[in-house]
Amino acid sequence: MTPAKDDSRSGRPPGEPRSIGWLYVLPALLVYAAFLLWPLVRGFWFSLYEWDGISTGTWAGLSNYTKTLTDPSLRGAFGHALILIVFYAVIPCLIAFVLVGAVSRTRIRGLAFFRTVLFLPQVVAMVAVAVAWQWVYSPDGPVNSVLRGLHRLGLPDWSRGWLGDFTFALPAVGLIGTWVEIGLAMVLFLAGVQKIPRELYEAARIDGAGPVREFLAVTLPGLRRELAVALTLTVAAALRNFDLIFVTTKGGPGEETKVPAYEVYNRAFNTGEVGLACAIGITLAALIFLLTAGISRLAEGRGA
Amino acid sequence: MTRLVMTGRQELVLNHAILVVFAVIAVFPLVAVVAQAFQLPGFDLSTFREAWREGHFATYMRNSLIVTAATVAAATVLSIMAGYALGVLAPRGSGVLFLLFLAGLTIPTEAVVIPLYFDLRSLNLDNTYAGVILPQIAQSVAFGTFWMRAYFRACPRSLIEAARMDGASSWTTLWRVLVPMGGPAILTMVLLTSMWTWNEFLLPLVILNSDEGLRTAPLGLSFFQGAHQTDYAQLMAGALIIAAPIVAVYVFLQRRFIAGMLSGAIKE
Repeated sequence: MTPAKDDSRSGRPPGEPRSIGWLYVLPALLVYAAFLLWPLVRGFWFSLYEWDGISTGTWAGLSNYTKTLTDPSLRGAFGHALILIVFYAVIPCLIAFVLVGAVSRTRIRGLAFFRTVLFLPQVVAMVAVAVAWQWVYSPDGPVNSVLRGLHRLGLPDWSRGWLGDFTFALPAVGLIGTWVEIGLAMVLFLAGVQKIPRELYEAARIDGAGPVREFLAVTLPGLRRELAVALTLTVAAALRNFDLIFVTTKGGPGEETKVPAYEVYNRAFNTGEVGLACAIGITLAALIFLLTAGISRLAEGRGA
Repeated sequence: MTRLVMTGRQELVLNHAILVVFAVIAVFPLVAVVAQAFQLPGFDLSTFREAWREGHFATYMRNSLIVTAATVAAATVLSIMAGYALGVLAPRGSGVLFLLFLAGLTIPTEAVVIPLYFDLRSLNLDNTYAGVILPQIAQSVAFGTFWMRAYFRACPRSLIEAARMDGASSWTTLWRVLVPMGGPAILTMVLLTSMWTWNEFLLPLVILNSDEGLRTAPLGLSFFQGAHQTDYAQLMAGALIIAAPIVAVYVFLQRRFIAGMLSGAIKE
């Protein structure tokens, strides 16, 4: 029944047909298909209707997608998501590069400790991180205490309710992301730097390269793969940030911190636009897929 | 071109200074939270007792434990079997199946939570443990299959051959030979799926929308925050309570956490 030439390569005992593998995958596949793939299909289906979640929906074609891309408030939300990518992905990677550039030339004491501490925000529930930062930013919280202290020393008074401020709420939320993701980038780059052959550094030094040139010529090219991984994870985190927004600002003040991840929830359960909410969710999934695929292509494309 | 050349000593001091500054920035919020919750520099556990009682954290932690244990146990068994099938048995179509599971790694909860809510509600599974467990098994299985397949592919071929020569069935080979050897790989998978399940917020928020007695720990914290807007000492205590179980495990097994989380994004 089954082709014999594959027998030696598959780890299948004699007497069991090749298709027995399907029996092993089946339970996982059923749960996966029923509770992840099927909801995705259903989400797409819902997104083609105008539906408030209660009465009968009406066919809407692609109009929910048109609205996702043209509605000023939703365009604003996607715009905020792009700004948050800068805070979650670009700034942490830049800072981590500076830090790793600093340590790549010297032996640092207590590196294991730094690693553990820097990576810690990655394992803490985002809700706990958000609750903590809400206090850090609160009118009498640590940030404002420090700023008032500076004010007493003669500087202007910069203290304010950061998360309720129309200008500063989005950067304030973004900086929480920066704080969370620096450790991830840092740990990745530290591991990558250790894999770069020492001889390359020695050669650079013999050529008289200073730290900056050494970084550009040796460290940066050696970390391309790690950079791709860091960007993939942090960009995805920037777009899947429902928890943080829900706990800290709920999209406010006004619409200053609205993001697609929050709008999915908001449109479905607060404004009764279920079809639109699903369209936003599908668009978000597509965006994450395209960006992460793009990043890994970029990393492989240039002479891997 | 300007060239920045420093003596070794200056450089060493500067590098440590940069590291220390960033370590302080990284640690400062953590220390501030701990100081606030324990009322440092004194040491007072009364805030914790109060938060624990008023926030009903005993119930929420128990719920999280039930949901996490059930999700991880089921996902682990299913992932081991699926990973074995795709990595070793390789039935026809396993390449496509693998891509299908891989795609699951990029599906955000945001894209499926609304349809899940309406469909689970019509099955009367909203406000039940099953309603939050089943979708999380599905998410964990996507990662778990990817992870276990990589482990099984790395297993020495000769070992599987030897088991086959001894007349072991594929089932015996899996559970008696490969799984006992795969302790480290399985442990990493269990740690990561436990962490993701424990920390999940959006899914329980939507599915457990009316039954307070079923709330998981992160959900409980967000409602606790709604009720105690500015009682920051209690809020920080609550945040520490729900973070504690995962952080405790992380402190002991941080290498596995870090390696696992970073490899999840690396395609082979």
